[in-house]
Amino acid sequence: MSSLPKAAPAQRFDAAESRRRCLKYRRRILDVSQRVSALHIAPAFSCLEMTDVIYHALKRPADAFVMSKGHGCVSQYVILEDLGVMPSAEIERYCTPQGVLGAHPDLGTPGIEASTGSLGHGLGIGVGMAYAEKLHRNGLQVYVVLSDGELQEGSTWEAAQMAANLGLANLLLFVDLNDFGGLERISEHHPAVFPVLEKWRSFGWEAAEVNGHDAAAIHAAVGARKGGKPFVLVGKTVKGRGVSYMEHVPIWHYRSPNKEEYAKALAELKEIGS
Amino acid sequence: MRNLFANVFYEEAKKDERLCIVVADISPAGSMEKLRKEYPERFVNTGVAEQIMIGMCAGMAMRGLRPFAYTIATFTLFRPYEFVRDDLCYQGLPVTIVGVGGGVTYSTLGGTHHAMEDVAIACAMPGMSVIAPCDPEEAKAATQYLVKQDKGPVYLRLGKAGEPVLGSAASKPFEFGKLRMLKEGNDACILGYGPILKMAMQAAEGKSVAVASVHTLKPLDKDGIAKILSRYPRVVVVEEMVPHGGLGNMVKALAFECGARCKITALSLKHEFVHVYGSHEQLLAAHGLSAAAIQKALDG
Repeated sequence: MSSLPKAAPAQRFDAAESRRRCLKYRRRILDVSQRVSALHIAPAFSCLEMTDVIYHALKRPADAFVMSKGHGCVSQYVILEDLGVMPSAEIERYCTPQGVLGAHPDLGTPGIEASTGSLGHGLGIGVGMAYAEKLHRNGLQVYVVLSDGELQEGSTWEAAQMAANLGLANLLLFVDLNDFGGLERISEHHPAVFPVLEKWRSFGWEAAEVNGHDAAAIHAAVGARKGGKPFVLVGKTVKGRGVSYMEHVPIWHYRSPNKEEYAKALAELKEIGS
Repeated sequence: MRNLFANVFYEEAKKDERLCIVVADISPAGSMEKLRKEYPERFVNTGVAEQIMIGMCAGMAMRGLRPFAYTIATFTLFRPYEFVRDDLCYQGLPVTIVGVGGGVTYSTLGGTHHAMEDVAIACAMPGMSVIAPCDPEEAKAATQYLVKQDKGPVYLRLGKAGEPVLGSAASKPFEFGKLRMLKEGNDACILGYGPILKMAMQAAEGKSVAVASVHTLKPLDKDGIAKILSRYPRVVVVEEMVPHGGLGNMVKALAFECGARCKITALSLKHEFVHVYGSHEQLLAAHGLSAAAIQKALDG
């Protein structure tokens, strides 16, 4: 096997710009929420900073990205729109027969590299992608964003084992640890999901943990990895981060805000530093 | 059949470096062992983990490789069903799933190892093609087709090793999507797929009874079957699969659609788990399948 670069070439990263972008993305997501009844806003808000850092500071065009937590894809859509990959007209036609975008990402729509939605699939696909690129010896990397609910899927751990067995140092995983499934708080009702970091290490991965809303810390943690193994960054996040009445409230896993709630959310949104 | 697949795959893999095999803890027999030794990176064993076997194949196909997933038939489709459906079919990826020991081939291993409803399940998935060769020669030709195709996922149902060649008198070679006449005849026609056609050939021996290998179950050769339904007064369907969702159902539906007036009898595995252990033939007999049963259907 050829030696792979331990990280993508350093890209310029400005945390202040990331904060400004994420504020813009949250506003845009709320804007979209006024046209559909269910949007998965809260899970999109929790992984927004990690997805922003991947797209703006880590992923090179030929690298791969898989949003394994498919219900977080509206975060991906608005970033792809900002990057000029996703036509704004498609965002406007979100979840309508006139458009191509749904509430889970589909392979073949602009910028989307894997169809997800059913949980526990994305990491396995990412392992296959990373293995293919390892055989191609071209140094390409694969980025995967996983929900903490997917830590409950057996298939995630099948994939975790194979990533380590195959020595996939070109696989970078981001776990959105917002501590909520669709129904309840994970640490309270499913405490055996924890400790998370130690689980990944015992499966042969290099692992680090940061505040998942601190873009500078996310970027720094990826840059500081030793390499040689698959890498997981566990981002401790808040489901619904940025809108007070959505934070830690399970109903916002699915619900879209009404007119008054929308106005309140817009009014209180601000840049998130950490 | 299994060895012919391995031989062809090995020879083609030497020429096409995109070809990879992903197995789930199944011993690599014959040429598969050569492939493993000579191209270790292109032989991946996921261990006893079938979901990642399919998921990995999806990711590999998305990044330019042509992976074949390979294990015992039950574990290629049943255990990782939703991965086959979402990762391969929904995304339309060119991945071949090779199920060895289709039907009750593993006759001493019990119901956990019997792929009794695999063809029905594979045919039900949108975007999936299904091939079940009847003998080593068809298995060879099907593999030669599969290593080149890039249209989408295919389920290849194989038997085991040591099946006889049934098509030595066939006038045409294997062609994907077209049934193949193994034996000509005028009085009746037996339609089927897989190694059980050996019993069909035995039942038809010395009689003016035709035997057709419907090796491609999906897409089904509707025109070819319709011609048989209009030509023969008596048609017997035989398959090593449960009666629900198989060739018997498909032929009867087609007969209704095209107004066929022939008499059709469909023989299949019973729609139940049979707690019998023994030889493959003994298991088939426990399900009511034998050359004598086919003869009886021809006479009835």
